[in-house]
Amino acid sequence: MNEALLTVLIAMLGGAIRVSTPFMFVALGECLTEKSGRVNLGLEGTLVLGAMVAYATSYHTGSPWAGVVAAGCAGAALGGLHASICSLPRVNDVAVGIAMMLFGVGVAFFFGKPYIQPTAPRLGSIALGGFSDNPALRSALDVNPLFFVGIAVAALLAWGLANTRWGLIVRTVGDSAPAALAMGLSVNRVRLLSTLVGGFLAGIGGAFLSLSYPGSWNQGLSSGQGLMAVALVIFARWSPLRCVLAALLFGGAGAIGPALQSVGITQGYYFFNAAPYILTLLIMVATSSATRVSRDMPGELTMAR
Amino acid sequence: MTSLPITRRNFMKTTAAGALGASTLLSSVQRALAADLTVGIVYVGARDDFGWNQAHAVAIQALKTVPGVKVVEEENVPETDACSKSMESMINLDGAGLILATSFGYYSPFVVDLAKKYPKVEFRHAAPLWNKDKDPKNAGSYFGYLNQAHYVDGVAAGLSTKTGKIGFVAAKPIASVLSNINSVLLGARSVNPKAIVQVIFTGDWSMPVREAEAANALVDAGCDVITCHVDGPKVVIETAEKRGVMSCGHNASQAPLAPKGFITGAEYKWETIYKGFAADLAAGKPLSNFTSGGYEVDFVQNTKFGAGATPEAQKAAMAAIEGLKAKKPIYVRPLKDNKGKVVIDKTYDNLDPFLDKMDYLLEGVTGSIT
Amino acid sequence: MSGEPAVVGAMAEPSAPMGEWARRLRADAEYVVLPLAALIVAFLAFGVFLSALGKSPVDFIDYVWKGGFGSAFSFQNTLQRSAPLILTAVAVAIPARIGLIIIGGEGALVLGGFAAAAAALPLVGVLPPSLTLAIMFVVAAAVGAAWIGLAGLMRTLRGVNETISSLLLNYVGIAIMNFFVEGALRDATNPNKPSTKPIGDAYMVGKIPGTDVHWGFAVGILLAVALYILMTRTTFGFAARMTGGNPRAALAQGLPVGRIMVICTMIAGACAGLAGFYEVAAIQGRANASLAAGYGFTGILVSFLARHNPLVIVPVAILFGGLVASGGLIQRRMDLPDATVLVLQGLIFIVLLASETLYGRFPIFKPTEGAKA
Repeated sequence: MNEALLTVLIAMLGGAIRVSTPFMFVALGECLTEKSGRVNLGLEGTLVLGAMVAYATSYHTGSPWAGVVAAGCAGAALGGLHASICSLPRVNDVAVGIAMMLFGVGVAFFFGKPYIQPTAPRLGSIALGGFSDNPALRSALDVNPLFFVGIAVAALLAWGLANTRWGLIVRTVGDSAPAALAMGLSVNRVRLLSTLVGGFLAGIGGAFLSLSYPGSWNQGLSSGQGLMAVALVIFARWSPLRCVLAALLFGGAGAIGPALQSVGITQGYYFFNAAPYILTLLIMVATSSATRVSRDMPGELTMAR
Repeated sequence: MTSLPITRRNFMKTTAAGALGASTLLSSVQRALAADLTVGIVYVGARDDFGWNQAHAVAIQALKTVPGVKVVEEENVPETDACSKSMESMINLDGAGLILATSFGYYSPFVVDLAKKYPKVEFRHAAPLWNKDKDPKNAGSYFGYLNQAHYVDGVAAGLSTKTGKIGFVAAKPIASVLSNINSVLLGARSVNPKAIVQVIFTGDWSMPVREAEAANALVDAGCDVITCHVDGPKVVIETAEKRGVMSCGHNASQAPLAPKGFITGAEYKWETIYKGFAADLAAGKPLSNFTSGGYEVDFVQNTKFGAGATPEAQKAAMAAIEGLKAKKPIYVRPLKDNKGKVVIDKTYDNLDPFLDKMDYLLEGVTGSIT
Repeated sequence: MSGEPAVVGAMAEPSAPMGEWARRLRADAEYVVLPLAALIVAFLAFGVFLSALGKSPVDFIDYVWKGGFGSAFSFQNTLQRSAPLILTAVAVAIPARIGLIIIGGEGALVLGGFAAAAAALPLVGVLPPSLTLAIMFVVAAAVGAAWIGLAGLMRTLRGVNETISSLLLNYVGIAIMNFFVEGALRDATNPNKPSTKPIGDAYMVGKIPGTDVHWGFAVGILLAVALYILMTRTTFGFAARMTGGNPRAALAQGLPVGRIMVICTMIAGACAGLAGFYEVAAIQGRANASLAAGYGFTGILVSFLARHNPLVIVPVAILFGGLVASGGLIQRRMDLPDATVLVLQGLIFIVLLASETLYGRFPIFKPTEGAKA
């Protein structure tokens, strides 16, 4: 019994680290975008496009890190497209997000076809578990550097939003466009920049999917992770550090299903697979309120009205 | 005001009659002249998924080399009305005389209804579903008993494994998947009586992240050979290779993905069947309605051995293949399921339909169906 | 910042007869000309994309026509494919008119279809087909209504954003369907594809006489028309529009904003559930994983393109049905991957959304105030 529990816990640890990384990057990107007052639902498309671009670039250049950078740029490009359309008056950003999702996924699959067969060089990992004899623990602690990059980005974002002038600008634009205008800020330009950076981060998240875990490119790669990340940001109440924790939670939850099966608990695996979504719903219901708009929610978001 | 001479009803009747007439003409031409035959094939996923669809796509290439045969392909056709329309489109707009429907869910009601509607077009479906009493005569089934190749996988894995645990990543607990799992177990136990198989179900045919998680969980649980039955085994095989364990493939050849750990793989040899269809049609012979078999008719094959297969394992596997070609049965009584109930009470011939209804895991398989 | 819910189909108050019609025509023409222009721009952009790949855009248009509209077979193919889209698009349109963006049609469709198949289980062979189908119809609508109504309820009572909650409900709904279809309600005689027991040919919804298109298409059109009338000509519709325009003012007026939200989401869910009913009763004959075929998501697209106007949804759904129908031919003849149609859809969507900003900018559509007598 104890061994089984240990196996499940180690698997959850490994899953939390592995599966959370793309969530983290997409959530951080979306967090920044939403802090500036815009919702980008198109990150699912950015994720898939980033994965494809990363794999293709790594294949052609032989360098997986070049793939990561290229993925970021592709993500930024999609983000820029999203932002420029949304900056036109009377355009609904939720709808544009869904459009970008379709477009991004379509373009990724379209150009990605020739890359399903070949094998591209993958990102290496840092073996942190060398101290242990347990091969499961060693594998769980086989961490990709991007995981640490993600945490660093989260810390940077959190600090930057709270303490720098840039952070203040972004937050003002996100909380109240009239106040920002009164300060002489260009609302659209700030949002464009944050959506660009947000897209860049999401692209890197996609690169992780195809170049590290599961480390393969094909048409079924993302199962709604981009959209989940949007829910994750709400779940984390728009704090970059809480985004990291939420990503770890979702990643761990994703690993429960297979882990439980491996120790013999096999009932109802569908519900384990649906657990993250149910969890998010419950949290949303518990923490939202009909009358009070949450203090954490940037005031300019469509969702706040 | 004059009324239009062509009412919609008339237009459709004429078109329908025209289409029927055209296809009648077409198939009689086929039969008489061994001339142009258009074969339409429909895939449920991407042609290059390193798995189920790729196996069909690669095999159909063999047909393209046959003179007088044209092949039209359509991929990513879901198992909804869309497949019915795709097939109809191939008949009406491309003049297809033979339709190959490669995904399980295409048959009922889509292939059956279309076969009734176009009696001069032949429809063949890649699963053993054709019922000679209820279904139209121009429909039929073709199938390879992949579990025989999985049995050979099991034999090779049973001798290659050092921990005695073989991991199996499975999509859904349906009969053909369960038969594959059980066959791996029986193959392994035929050479290594203490071997066990551990199975994890991902819940769907193609879920890369979950497949990777399952593969990792199996390795963590001590399995040192991983195999699978999912639509695209690429992720499972690559994950196994990354963890440094051995692997067995499925559906298509994944050998290039695991240069160090690949043992062998269970592959369909659809081209035997497809070439047979083309030859029959060219000679004007009617196509058989139920074409199925395993090693004894060359409908399945095993991938060439990789670096993970020891010479001993290879020898045993080749011997197993010879045995299967001679129709040596896999399911030999008595066998219990992993809940203790006796489920195989007599020795079944490898093609016995009783085995097509399998809904249990044999004793020696760790895992559960629900 | 952009993001006002689109207040669609604004109708001018009738004042004087003949000149009034001309004036309204010019104003409303904007709603036809601009989307059409956007569509043309999108196709042109896609044509450039194709040329860059060495494929002929002219061939593409030719195959879209041949595969989607050019023959009786193709056209009926299109109509059949547009049937679920009409229903799922209306499911997005109705809440959108009160400012709620619901993207949960997929989950409601799946659950509605599943519920219909489940309801059929004790009835097949016991009750006659017409009665069974009627019961299945009601059950599917009710379950779908409850599902999306849940999102509406969460929004009213707890302020939970309906876009995200309906999105999450999609996944939960599909999981529920899978759980039952593969478990308790699984048809034991069908070992290889988990489904509910088939309802049998005698119990299926038939085709519209003389055509190859099932009744779901006709019912979809009827519903679209009925809901259009509801939203534009009834008191409820008027109240709903006020809620959509300015919830706070509506509240101040004493309108039961919460109740309107829940009712609208329930109507939406019922439509999506019916789409599921037709998938089961007219096409598949049983419920299984094939229900989740993406109709819900395409419906979102269709609704936005139709600017959430149920009447316009019908032709837009047919257009989309045609695009999807021709996809197969394009794959086969032009050797393009199936993702091609996805790219085109995304492009159309983007251009059309961008064109939203052009409304009200062209004076030609703004007739001078003061009608001529």
